[in-house]
Amino acid sequence: MSIYLNKDSKIIVQGITGGMGSKHTTLMIESGSNIVGGVNARKAGTTVELAGTTQPVFGTVEEAMKETGADVSVVFVPPAFTKDACIEAIDAGIGLLVVITEGVPVQDTAEVWSYLQSEANHAGTRMIGPNCPGIITPGESLAGITPHTIAGTGPIGLVSKSGTLTYQMMYELRDYGFSTAIGIGGDPVIGTTHIDALAAFEADPDTKAIVMIGEIGGDAEERAAAYIKDNVTKPVVGYVAGFTAPEGKTMGHAGAIVSGSSGTAQAKKEALEAVGVKVGKTPSETAALMREILETL
Amino acid sequence: MEYQAKELFAKHGVATTLGVVVETAEAAKAAAEQIGGVTVIKAQVKAGGRGKAGGVKLAKTADEAFEHASNILGMEIKGLTVNRVLVTPATPPEEEYYFSFLLDRANRQYLCIASVEGGVEIEEVAKTNPDAVKQIPVDPGTGVDEAKAREIATEAKFPEAVFEQAVVMIQALYATFVEEDATLVEVNPLARLAGDKLEALDGKVSLDDNASEVRHPDHEQFEIREEADPLEAKAKDKGLNYVKLDGQVGIIGNGAGLVMSTLDVVAYAGEAHGGVKPANFLDIGGGANAQVMADGLDVILNDPQVKSVFVNVFGGITACDEVANGIKGALEILGDEASKPLVVRLDGNNVEKGRAILDELNHPLVTQVDTMDGAADKAAELANA
Repeated sequence: MSIYLNKDSKIIVQGITGGMGSKHTTLMIESGSNIVGGVNARKAGTTVELAGTTQPVFGTVEEAMKETGADVSVVFVPPAFTKDACIEAIDAGIGLLVVITEGVPVQDTAEVWSYLQSEANHAGTRMIGPNCPGIITPGESLAGITPHTIAGTGPIGLVSKSGTLTYQMMYELRDYGFSTAIGIGGDPVIGTTHIDALAAFEADPDTKAIVMIGEIGGDAEERAAAYIKDNVTKPVVGYVAGFTAPEGKTMGHAGAIVSGSSGTAQAKKEALEAVGVKVGKTPSETAALMREILETL
Repeated sequence: MEYQAKELFAKHGVATTLGVVVETAEAAKAAAEQIGGVTVIKAQVKAGGRGKAGGVKLAKTADEAFEHASNILGMEIKGLTVNRVLVTPATPPEEEYYFSFLLDRANRQYLCIASVEGGVEIEEVAKTNPDAVKQIPVDPGTGVDEAKAREIATEAKFPEAVFEQAVVMIQALYATFVEEDATLVEVNPLARLAGDKLEALDGKVSLDDNASEVRHPDHEQFEIREEADPLEAKAKDKGLNYVKLDGQVGIIGNGAGLVMSTLDVVAYAGEAHGGVKPANFLDIGGGANAQVMADGLDVILNDPQVKSVFVNVFGGITACDEVANGIKGALEILGDEASKPLVVRLDGNNVEKGRAILDELNHPLVTQVDTMDGAADKAAELANA
């Protein structure tokens, strides 16, 4: 078992013909993902050869879904076109929409989120991202850019705002392995949240413990802490990046900014610890805390 | 800054008085003469509390405008030097209100905040009389049309005498918010002037960098180069994601989260080494090739506070041998310019090959440490030597 993505997932790639799209489609195919095609309106009807496979290119997401039965789309289109790509996929009724693109205007994402809440989203599309590494269920499927070679399948569920910290944590705990690792993205407005992932991991019988990685900015971690208190029975270990970040400066991720006294790493750590989540000072210490828990399970 | 916010207001039809932006006291005097009557001389810096800091003064005559401007120009407000003042006609408000649109990231929508009780001291009003500060959610999908603007004006309890003006202004402010891709459009104070005229007396606009990059090339004009740290400006010219901090350990890493984490780990390690701290944030992203690595090292080594450098890379998509070759190439490009010790931690994809390349290089400045915590400790130790 896993969350959101498994071996039966059929994946299309919006922007399959672009540089990032073709590179990462190749890596997804090599990881064992079931990639069934791509979308590019200007190259509809053609095919692309990737990792020894021939991938059909469709004009629209709707057509791609109809022809292939796809239920997941990974978006690599440039930021200026990401909103339209998302709306198109939602209209087509895609189940899972994974938006990798970095640099999407935040009002575009806010509009997409509003659209996801409206009746137009009749299929109940779940969006992950934008500005994220996507999602991997090791040994089954990868929808995104997380290297599939870092860690195999196992009992840990991981949810993180950051891509490289996801990789680092998977690497630290590679001997245990992961049920699913999901990077939710570092933008101010994102689709799937820490809370969504925590709820899904709580319900997933193969996930025995959860690592939650946060960073400065917003109050998603504080909200997650409140959620954990009332709803999560599985052990959760946390890590928060950005204790040394100065006020008012954006630290790489568009959403990673301390504004006044809100969004600090210290406040997030305290909120998590107050509900019994052990929070590591460094990624390695966090991994060590998770090991201690796994050894007792 | 205020004058830039007002330019954006005017562009979208928000009632405001632009005034004249000047950089010398002589020009302030000339502007005051031209405007005539009593004027206000206002420091233009990206900081709140300008009035309290003595950066806003009333001038009854042009000579007074000269005097105030010479005092204000060059003064420091919250660490920022005042290089410009705005000269505007003094229009004493009969009432002051507060109004803003902002991105409400927690609820993934927009939020309108309005209060007709007190403008400038809005935070105080929010504490003492929270009911007077109205918060009205705005759906990004439907936005603010005339009907919604009326709903907001009603909820905010704008007085009848300025109600219709408020409805127009709310729509114009929303147009500013959406068309400029702002994350905040704030009018404070929004003033009711003599004759029941509604006007934005002061304001602030925060723009979304992503959107500016994608569809607002004109937003570049709002950047105030001289206020940027010189190293940050240099890094920006090279396309690097760099933030200057105060410490002694230069940091290079890949991925925003990992770099933030690296800063923290170095700060912890520094506690045992004389309290040394990270000197910067620098994310070189996924493709750590020789040129990017050289550009990054070049910026960091030019920071006189830096005593050692910690290169922390996790090879995810990027292979560690590529990163190691990047470091090797960067040291070749920099030659004698590379003068401070480098602690390198490589892990992940092709780590053995990467470490072997650096072992073979055997550069006197380069130390390899296998773990992030261990490498941070070494870098802190070297910075404290």
